[in-house]
Amino acid sequence: MIYAIILLPLVMAVACIALPSDRLRPWLLPVGGLGQVVLVGWVIAGMGSGPPVTGLGGWLLLDPLGKLVLGFLTLFFFLCSLYAPGYLALRLDRPNRMFCANLFAVQAMMSLVTISYHLGLMWVAMEATTLASAPLLYFNHNARSLEATWKYLLIGSVGIALALLGSFFLAYSMLKAGLESTLVFDQLVRDAPDLSAPWLRAAFVLLFIGYGTKMGLAPMHTWKPDAYGEAPGIVGTLLAGGITSCAFLAVLRIYQICRAGADADFAREIMVFMGLFSMAVAAVFMARQRDFKRMLAYSSVEHMGILVLGVGLGGLAVYGALLHLINNGLTKGVLFLSAGNIHRAYGSKVTDDVHGAIRRVPLSGSLFLAGFFAITGSPPFGPFVSEFTIASAAAASGQYLACGLFLTLLAVVFVGMGATILPLVQGSPPEGSPATSFRDSLSTAGPIVLMLALVLVLGIYIPPPLESLLREAAASLEGTR
Amino acid sequence: MVQYLDPLLIMGLVLNFVALGVSRIRGVINAVAAQGVLLGAMTIMIHPAIGVRGVLLVGSTVVLKGFVIPRLLVHAMREANIQHEVKPVVDYMSSLVLGAVGTGLALVFSYSLPLAEEHRHLLLVPASLATVWAGFLMLTTRKKAIMQVLGYLVLENGIFLFGLLLLEAMPFLVEVGILLDLFTGVFVMGIIVHHISREFASTSTEHLSELRE
Repeated sequence: MIYAIILLPLVMAVACIALPSDRLRPWLLPVGGLGQVVLVGWVIAGMGSGPPVTGLGGWLLLDPLGKLVLGFLTLFFFLCSLYAPGYLALRLDRPNRMFCANLFAVQAMMSLVTISYHLGLMWVAMEATTLASAPLLYFNHNARSLEATWKYLLIGSVGIALALLGSFFLAYSMLKAGLESTLVFDQLVRDAPDLSAPWLRAAFVLLFIGYGTKMGLAPMHTWKPDAYGEAPGIVGTLLAGGITSCAFLAVLRIYQICRAGADADFAREIMVFMGLFSMAVAAVFMARQRDFKRMLAYSSVEHMGILVLGVGLGGLAVYGALLHLINNGLTKGVLFLSAGNIHRAYGSKVTDDVHGAIRRVPLSGSLFLAGFFAITGSPPFGPFVSEFTIASAAAASGQYLACGLFLTLLAVVFVGMGATILPLVQGSPPEGSPATSFRDSLSTAGPIVLMLALVLVLGIYIPPPLESLLREAAASLEGTR
Repeated sequence: MVQYLDPLLIMGLVLNFVALGVSRIRGVINAVAAQGVLLGAMTIMIHPAIGVRGVLLVGSTVVLKGFVIPRLLVHAMREANIQHEVKPVVDYMSSLVLGAVGTGLALVFSYSLPLAEEHRHLLLVPASLATVWAGFLMLTTRKKAIMQVLGYLVLENGIFLFGLLLLEAMPFLVEVGILLDLFTGVFVMGIIVHHISREFASTSTEHLSELRE
């Protein structure tokens, strides 16, 4: 069964290539997305509390953490795919064969990351997400998107090459300890206390930098504003909510090994520092951002920082970070897709040209505004709950400095982001700005409404199955050694 | 056969300097290709009894790194109609000096590394670190997109060298996956090099400077 999770999107990718019609092809995306939701739902529900599903002799295994991320990514991809037909119908000027096929390829590789229990295999899948998503960035085929794609591909590949070196160091730490060297995850966790400490530490640093580059943590984030700024909204969504979450999962895997060994504190200090640093960098660059899609990229840098910060703080903050993975992903979906609509309605993404979005595209403008309040942690939206959990866990465990900095940076970001977004949605559209033919419609706004509804629900009520999955996953990160 | 390893490694290191000091792109491609072939030969030196799968792996490494990828890059170079790196950020003499300093530091540094007993006298670890460094230098100081791709390949070769210590840890399937990723990566980069040259009538990444803060 576990193979089907990867095969289904790959089959859909082939179907996209085979289908000749640019008009019909985008409809394969929601069909495949829904199929995957059913399949993954069935696998996860069927597992219950029984033994985990495995494959390839233990190289593939669906553990609680994997279940959480895979479940989220599957639902998230489906919600994104609902937006695709409406968007691509507006973009019949560009062929979409490879675009659709690559979207499915990205989904297949993201799913493979979540079920990889072999760090080499996980690396292969992670690099494959970079390669499959690069052509998506270049969808518009202009000079700017070309530049963004080049940076994304090169910085991503170099980062991920460092992660490969880190993986080798990890295997070497077993060899040095006189054990048979392997990269199978549960063996590494089991033998972690015996691993050679210097090599393990070096491995953590390299892997953290490598996968951190894919996450877009500062200072390895330089590809991000360009990539998110130039990519179509749906691609930005998939990068900011999907691929970065996969990279975060990879970081968590390494952390689990350090945690099982004696090096948890070393890893946690690095994560707290890098988390706060990313938030600070994002806060600085967000304040005077004139391009609202680039601003969203810095918001992504900030929230990746919050994720690693939460894990670094430990205790209940780990639970908060995992919940934030979901909240951030969904809210980023709201923001990127509605920003894409506003971009289309004005033909510009520079804040000087865009005012009064609520008047011109009432639904997208309001959704963008709501997304802003949600992502900055205002109640009653989901991110408020997860960010509050992280902050209170930090205070409860006596980490007052980190807690204070966290709250301060959140406030700075709120002000900086608000200064850009409020004039953008309020007021009246500027005189002489050519009104494009784009208007809100069910196909381009409906999926965003769905995402926002989920963000709202998560702020008020966490369904018991999700709650228990979150607890299990957090326990696997915080559990007894 | 381990006694033949060190001469091969030294040849590999020399090729780093060729890649760092030559401006003719064709020359750099040849150096990187030769490095790929050397890597295959080294695998057999270190693990003489690797069996059929191992031979297949070595074979595919040599074919891919030594012939297919260089072919691809030569093709991209012809398409883009470029022969030389124009003006690297750091000139050739300084790159060579930096490369030499890095190689020296790698040698000194790896003596202090807590290596396993059987690896203590091998040149493999310092050679790996030095090659990673050379790759980084090329990536950061060259302006031509194709030279940056070559830098990425040198970096990857350096990592591969370290991986030779742990052939047991990396199962066949994963090795193949890594090679496949490398190949696809260079392939996609090749396509983008082509697009850059068409868009700007040059493959210098200097033109890629519109997106700045």
